[in-house]
Amino acid sequence: MNDERITVGITVNGVTHRAVVEPRTLLVYFLREQLGLTGTHVGCDTSQCGACTVHLNGRAVKSCTIFAVQADGAEITTIEGLARDSALHPVQEGFREKHGLQCGYCTPGMIMSAVHLLQANPRPTDAEIKHALEGNICRCTGYVNIVEAVKWAAERMRGDHVSR
Amino acid sequence: MFPANFGYVAARSVEEATELLAKYGEEAKLLAGGHSLIPAMKLRLASPRHLIDLGRVPGLSGIKVDGETLSIGALTVHADVASSDLARHRLPGLAEAASVIGDVQVRNRGTIGGSVAHADPAADFPVILTALDASFVLQGRFGRRTVAAPDFFLDFYTTALAPDEVLTEIRVPLPSSGSGTAYAKLPHPASGYVVVSAAALVVRDPSGRCVSAAVAIGGMGSRPQRAAATEASLHGQPLTPEVIAAAAAKASEGTDPESDLYASADYKRHIATVYARQAIETAASRK
Repeated sequence: MNDERITVGITVNGVTHRAVVEPRTLLVYFLREQLGLTGTHVGCDTSQCGACTVHLNGRAVKSCTIFAVQADGAEITTIEGLARDSALHPVQEGFREKHGLQCGYCTPGMIMSAVHLLQANPRPTDAEIKHALEGNICRCTGYVNIVEAVKWAAERMRGDHVSR
Repeated sequence: MFPANFGYVAARSVEEATELLAKYGEEAKLLAGGHSLIPAMKLRLASPRHLIDLGRVPGLSGIKVDGETLSIGALTVHADVASSDLARHRLPGLAEAASVIGDVQVRNRGTIGGSVAHADPAADFPVILTALDASFVLQGRFGRRTVAAPDFFLDFYTTALAPDEVLTEIRVPLPSSGSGTAYAKLPHPASGYVVVSAAALVVRDPSGRCVSAAVAIGGMGSRPQRAAATEASLHGQPLTPEVIAAAAAKASEGTDPESDLYASADYKRHIATVYARQAIETAASRK
C-alpha cells in the first residue's frame, strides 16, 4: 500500500500552517488532530449531519468529506476563528442568548452554517433559515431555539435592535 | 472512518489527467468535488490506489452561453448552477434540480461533472439533463467526442466514459422562446436522494398548443427514462390541466422499478405520475 506523504499549506483562521499529511487524511482530522482545533466535530462521518462544517474559501462545507490535500492553498475558517479577541460572533451570542443548544454537539456546525447564510442573506425568513440548516442535524431536536438564535443574530448583525 | 491510502496527484491540465488515467488504468479514479467518491472510499466500497484531482485544472468551472447552447464546466458546483442567472432565466428546471441536491454544504462542494460521471440512479442531474437533451464532452488522449444523454447514461453507475477519458463539459441546448422547463422530486426523507423524480421541457406555439415535450423520470430503474407515452399525449394538444393529467398518468408506462425498504414498486409507479404532472404543469406555466 502507498505510504506517500504530501506537504500542504493551509490557512486556518488567518494562520498559515505547513504540514505533512497522508493523502487520505480528511480535513476534519487534520484540523482536530494535527492542529488541535477540536471545536469542529465529527458526528455521522457520512456527509449528512453537518457537525464538521467549516468555511473553505468562504463557503460552508463538510470537512469530513474533503481530503486535506484538496484544501492545499485554501483559507479555512473554523468555529475557533469566529470570535474577535474576547467578543463572541453575533451568531455565537445568539445561540447563548436564545438557548440554541442542548447537548452542544451539533452547535459548531450549526453556527458555521448560520454564519454562511447570514453573509449572503442578512434578512432570512424562518423558512430560509430552516432550508439553510438542512445539512445540519440536531439529535436533541432543538431546532426551534436554533432558528430563534439565528434570527436574533441576524437582527444584531443588521443593527436593527438598536432602534427598538 | 478512514479510506485506504492512495497516491495523490493534482493534475494541472486535462491532458495530464488523461495521461495519468492511461498510465494507472483501473487503479486510478478522478477526483472532482469528491462528494460521491469520498463517502464510497470511507465505506471502502471504493479503494483506488491513485487519485487524480481535477480540482486545480484551470478552466473546468463556470457557466456560459455558447451559441444556442448553455455550456457548463464539469467542475461547476451545484450551488453555482442553482444560483446562476443564466440557468435560472433560460433553464429554470436545471437550476431547480441543482437546488434540491443534498444540502447547502454538499451543493457548495459537489460538482455537476462528478454527479453525472458517477451516474447514481438516484441522482438529480441525470434526470433533468436527459429531459433537456444535454450532451457530454469527453476528452481522451487522442481527441474529444460529444455523447448525447441517452448514450451517456448506460446503467447503474455506468456511463459511456472510457477508462482514459475525462468529462470536461456539459452542453445543454437553450430552448426556443415559448418553452418551459421544470424539475419535481420526491426525496428520500433521510438521505435526500431521489425516490422518484420527473423533469419536463415543453415547447408551445403562440396559441399555447404543445409543439413538443420531453419528460424524463428518475428513480424507476438503472438510469433516467424518457416517458414516451406521456410525451406523445402532449404533442399537438393545448396544455390544459386535463390534458396534462391524462398525459402524466402514462408516465410509468414501460418502467419496471424495484421495491425497496422505503417504497414499493407500485408506489413508485404511482408517484411517478404525480411528479410528472407537477413537472409538466410547472414547465407549462413558465414563459
